[in-house]
Amino acid sequence: MNGRTIIDMASTPRLAPHMRLRHDKARAQWTIQAPERSFVLDGIAHAIVSRCDGMAALEVVVTDLCSAFPGAPRDVIERDVIALVQNFVDKNVMQA
Amino acid sequence: MTVLEPPLALLAELTHRCPLQCPYCSNPLALEKAANEMPTADWLRAIDEAAELGCLQVHFSGGEPTVRRDLEQLVAGATAAGLYTNLITSGVALNAERLASLIAAGLEHVQLSFQDSDAEIGERIGGYEGAHARKLATAKLVRDAGLPLTANFVVHRQNMHHLREMLEMAVAIGAHRAEIANVQYYGWALKNRAALMPSRDQLEQMTALVTAARQRLEGVLVIDYVVPDYYARRPKSCMGGWGRHFLNISPSGKVLPCHAAESLDGMAFDNVRQRSLVDIWRDSEAFNRFRGTQWMPEPCRSCDRKEIDWGGCRCQAFAITGDAGKTDPACGLSEDHARLVELAAGEAEAAADGFIYRRYGAAG
Repeated sequence: MNGRTIIDMASTPRLAPHMRLRHDKARAQWTIQAPERSFVLDGIAHAIVSRCDGMAALEVVVTDLCSAFPGAPRDVIERDVIALVQNFVDKNVMQA
Repeated sequence: MTVLEPPLALLAELTHRCPLQCPYCSNPLALEKAANEMPTADWLRAIDEAAELGCLQVHFSGGEPTVRRDLEQLVAGATAAGLYTNLITSGVALNAERLASLIAAGLEHVQLSFQDSDAEIGERIGGYEGAHARKLATAKLVRDAGLPLTANFVVHRQNMHHLREMLEMAVAIGAHRAEIANVQYYGWALKNRAALMPSRDQLEQMTALVTAARQRLEGVLVIDYVVPDYYARRPKSCMGGWGRHFLNISPSGKVLPCHAAESLDGMAFDNVRQRSLVDIWRDSEAFNRFRGTQWMPEPCRSCDRKEIDWGGCRCQAFAITGDAGKTDPACGLSEDHARLVELAAGEAEAAADGFIYRRYGAAG
């Protein structure tokens, strides 16, 4: 039996197999298509998920986001990133 | 006036043929003959039109969709159209070679049904000897191929005591998601309601067990839980609202707002072989009939939940009251609610366990 994976700044998450990052043209938004569900990504969520390639540690992802969004404090970005990735890992949408 | 949104998902019911005979089957009582099934080219066009309309996912279902020899072509067509593909199957007729060709065509996910965690009871419910071992073998094939797997359990009075084992089994076979769906009472299930209906106590125990399991299995198994709304205070938001997010195409090409809609007497449904899906979604009488809130009677019309549950389920209103335009009797504010609860409690207590099986052959 698998256990729950806990995400920290050293984690290197990516989308789980057969989860698809798709642009939804009809509604002009980014989504993740997953088994019998669809997750709508706002601009920030898309910025996070699209940087999680399975190689970059979240530490690196956060540094990159800090330069992309210079107005946001690093600790706030860290908290957002961990919360979002943990939630998607718990739902098996991402894996780390 | 509610703005017309594009649909999110297409349920493609490719056939009503099925080796199983589950007494709560969601197919209509009048099963479609194989000769009336829509040919490949029409399905491919319908799938393209669904994508054009804004659908993001297609669920290939039935009956048993794997009995269609052109399933690979349809999955490939859906994938080419940018749709996320899901196969909803009993798993009794799927081997490694077939699954590999479906995956090569772009299949992304399999939802596999189990009638119980217990082989003997499950096979009695499904009316198919040897089904359980075949389903387990299919689950292994799916997981070995790296595809995500959902284990679907339809639960009712005769198997709900195994809920804990069902969830354990879902984890053991490598499913990441389990659907624990209480029977919804239309069509075949309505015919078999007396054999299926749980008591309120049984339902409460089940809900407590699901709530505890969700915590215990966080990060391991996602549990989707569908309650039987006979005991609810407010109705379910059926299909997220009639003609709002969802469309269904029957084996012969009829376009329906939900898979049970054919149980509504006196409604005519357009066929995608005669009219484009885009036209049907936007302008058909059937889709517009209960769309939005304009059609609503009281107490729905002045209810602050009218854009949350959209008046509940039209098929349930019809099944219980004979009028599809009434408030869903599952709602505590419906004048028919007390009768509904009484009916459920009475049938749960009577415990008449015999089934009327859904046999495909009988339909010819």
